[in-house]
Amino acid sequence: MATTAEGFDIHHDHGHDAHDHADHKPGFFARWFMSTNHKDIGTMYLIFAIIAGIVGGAISGIMRVELAEPGIQYLQWWAQFMGGGNDLNTALHMWNVFITAHGLIMVFFMVMPAMIGGFGNWFVPLMIGAPDMAFPRMNNVSFWLTVAGFFSLLFSLFVPGGTGPGAGTGWTVYAPLSTSGSKGPAVDFAIFSLHLAGAGSILGATNFITTIFNMRAPGMTLHKMPLFVWSVLVTAFLLLLALPVLAAAITMLLTDRNFGTTFFDPAGGGDPVLYQHLFWFFGHPEVYIMILPGFGMISQIVATFSRKPVFGYLGMAYAMVAIGVVGFIVWAHHMYTVGLDVNTKMYFTAATMVIAVPTGVKIFSWIATMWGGSLQFKSPMVWSLGFIFLFTVGGVTGVVLANGGIDDNLHDTYYVVAHFHYVLSMGAVFSMFAGFYYWFPKMSGRMHSELLSHLHFWTFFVGVNVIFFPQHFLGMNGMPRRYPDYAEAFHFWHQISTYGYYIMAGSMVFFFVNILYALAAGKKAEANPWGEGATTLEWTLPSPPPYHQFETLPVITDAHDYHDHRPATA
Amino acid sequence: MGQRDTRMKKAILAAVAAGLAAFAPLSVVAEAAAPAAPVAAEAPAATTAAAPADAAAPAAAPAAAAPAADAASAYTPMAPTKGKGMPTDPTSGEPGAMLKSMHFQDQYSANGEYALWMHDMILLPVITAISLLVLGLLLYVVVRFNRRRNPVASKTTHNTLIEVVWTIVPVIILVIIAVPSITLLARQYETPPADAVTIKATGYQWYWGYSYPDHGDFEVVSNMLDEAAALKAGEPHQLAVDKRMVVPAGVPLRIQTTASDVIHAFAVPSLWFKMDAVPGRLNEKLLTIKEPGVYYGQCSELCGARHGYMPIVVEALPPAEFAAWVKAQGGSMPGEEAAAPAAAAAAPAAAPAAAS
Repeated sequence: MATTAEGFDIHHDHGHDAHDHADHKPGFFARWFMSTNHKDIGTMYLIFAIIAGIVGGAISGIMRVELAEPGIQYLQWWAQFMGGGNDLNTALHMWNVFITAHGLIMVFFMVMPAMIGGFGNWFVPLMIGAPDMAFPRMNNVSFWLTVAGFFSLLFSLFVPGGTGPGAGTGWTVYAPLSTSGSKGPAVDFAIFSLHLAGAGSILGATNFITTIFNMRAPGMTLHKMPLFVWSVLVTAFLLLLALPVLAAAITMLLTDRNFGTTFFDPAGGGDPVLYQHLFWFFGHPEVYIMILPGFGMISQIVATFSRKPVFGYLGMAYAMVAIGVVGFIVWAHHMYTVGLDVNTKMYFTAATMVIAVPTGVKIFSWIATMWGGSLQFKSPMVWSLGFIFLFTVGGVTGVVLANGGIDDNLHDTYYVVAHFHYVLSMGAVFSMFAGFYYWFPKMSGRMHSELLSHLHFWTFFVGVNVIFFPQHFLGMNGMPRRYPDYAEAFHFWHQISTYGYYIMAGSMVFFFVNILYALAAGKKAEANPWGEGATTLEWTLPSPPPYHQFETLPVITDAHDYHDHRPATA
Repeated sequence: MGQRDTRMKKAILAAVAAGLAAFAPLSVVAEAAAPAAPVAAEAPAATTAAAPADAAAPAAAPAAAAPAADAASAYTPMAPTKGKGMPTDPTSGEPGAMLKSMHFQDQYSANGEYALWMHDMILLPVITAISLLVLGLLLYVVVRFNRRRNPVASKTTHNTLIEVVWTIVPVIILVIIAVPSITLLARQYETPPADAVTIKATGYQWYWGYSYPDHGDFEVVSNMLDEAAALKAGEPHQLAVDKRMVVPAGVPLRIQTTASDVIHAFAVPSLWFKMDAVPGRLNEKLLTIKEPGVYYGQCSELCGARHGYMPIVVEALPPAEFAAWVKAQGGSMPGEEAAAPAAAAAAPAAAPAAAS
């Protein structure tokens, strides 16, 4: 019964003498392309997310520059650059391709890989005291499926999609625009991209659930788990329950497109609105998938830099569970104008507003955690403070939009764009930068520059607010979203918004310079660079942690609470 | 027990009053921020003068009485009123334009006025107060509990009372929001009366068609004007069209939407009206426009390449002028229609009756 795995020696022989067995690394190809190590896979996810973020962010730059002036300035050039014709329709189609690619890339290939694949992979095993993920090889499959999905999406940009190259359906891929409305293979490739990324995420979700349920260190009960692990657990359940519905919906799109079915075609007895119900049954949990791990990271960081346990731990954990559960029964608030009947609209109005309650609990608990604390404003903490305020602003505009009657005006306007960028581009992204600066020393073993991170924070904070706050005004004044061109009345605020983009883009220079500086010349990081507030298990390991950690499992005793997991002797 | 109840009630009322009073200064700010106030005050006056049909009728009567050929030449598209039914340009130089561009367009339907009231008096004060509260608390903890002023952190981990309070208070605020919100929805879903004027808006890639089933079922095809034509007509570019959706003001309209290819959405911000046009479906909603005017809107569901180039223009006319316009389009008013082809209509109607 010899296993092939034993005979398949991927390890190089060097290092036996110099290194601890735990730090015995395989060779380059085996290490990075056949990886089964959660930290390496986490690193690959983070690098992938940064690359995808550059692409998605560049596309938003193309859009903001185009929107700085009314009329069409650059789209025709882009249409030709991408291999399309020189006519206006192709140029306008390019616009739709950009909004589609921006949305899909940021959601599926930037935020999700960074939060769940990157930070989740790196720190869930470390925080629960596990040597690795439950299914290390499946972990690798998850990552490469995501990469394949990204390439499928990029490929779709260069094949015909109806009025020009690329899929111009919006990230929501609504039928019938995505079926009879888009001839050519581009939309098929975009859909296939979602299939691949979705499959990768489902595998990842099962991996996280199994890991968290079965591989916690002895004595670490669910109620002693760090909140970041709680957040990933809830997120994994949302992924597991929501993504198959998306997979079903987009598979029906594929068969409607290619095999003559009519799931969403009224001519054959189908219904375009059915697609929207299926999509948003996935799509609404998806927005919590993007923000919940951020909630978890903010909880860890706020506690660390306040030197205080998280206030109302159980409330915080179960608020996330509540958000996850309620997140599944509010989907039709994305569809207030499709012609829902009055009772349905009243229900979804009420249910949607309910979500504000657990979200409020989290905001107030973070503030209460800081209350009476001894706050230190290191880079992760300033990003967290920014997150709490900006997420609140994005959250309250969500309460406005929750009202079905008010949404009759604001639906599909820039107000909605402003709202979801406040919760994602400022909520999710701020929490990711907070998490990045919090864990970068642990992951790399090098300290980044606090000065550069603070400069990054302040310029980014100003930039994104200048981009998105005026978009509330545009939306209320009547500017519809997904428009490349607009009436003169909208010019002023669009121009301001574009200036904000330049500030934001400039601020990213600080980020990249900071990483390069830290990797090249950064101070060596201690095991715990953040002081006595950092009490979770990852800080008990050296920075960076050994290739294999916790060969002897840490034991959480009765003396440990949910907050402090450090060994009693330390 | 009873006494205690009344005392409880008084306490609750006092608490609610205090809560509302807390928001009051903010709503004043909100009002001050919207210099729309004088405009809004004028609007009802204008409405009462213009909307009742009999007030407008004498003026319109000669046109209606004139032969159809004259009526056809009598219709000229109404010139839009600056700042009415269109977005506000903050750089126009008019006083208050900057603030007005940061807010909703003035509303010209009863539901729109109610929704705007709800936003300005309830939602905006509440969300502003919450955001400022969170900002204030954050600034306070930053100043008060930084490491220099508070070197030793407390060990507090929970406090049941405060956790219950910050769960219950948001619930109460949400209930306060829900009452007008549900009312607004109920009003928006009122069934149009039987004699409401039906207009069916059909979305096409990439233009709108407006058909008038009560008036001989003619269809008006509406395309966007290019920049030169729009400027020549004195209308905002991107919003102006060649043929408008003409409707009577002051009377209930039954707006129906559908689409022939992909999903579009019929939206007019100054009427607080947005309804998707979905192939294979017929959506319907009541709309009453308070006064004559030109109201601009745009397609609001991504529908392909020229999604941004299929605007909507609703021109509300006094009913008599609307009747004249209908004649000019070759249609007929409901009463006349029954009279003219009466002979033709009577025969098929009689046939099944005889058969049964």
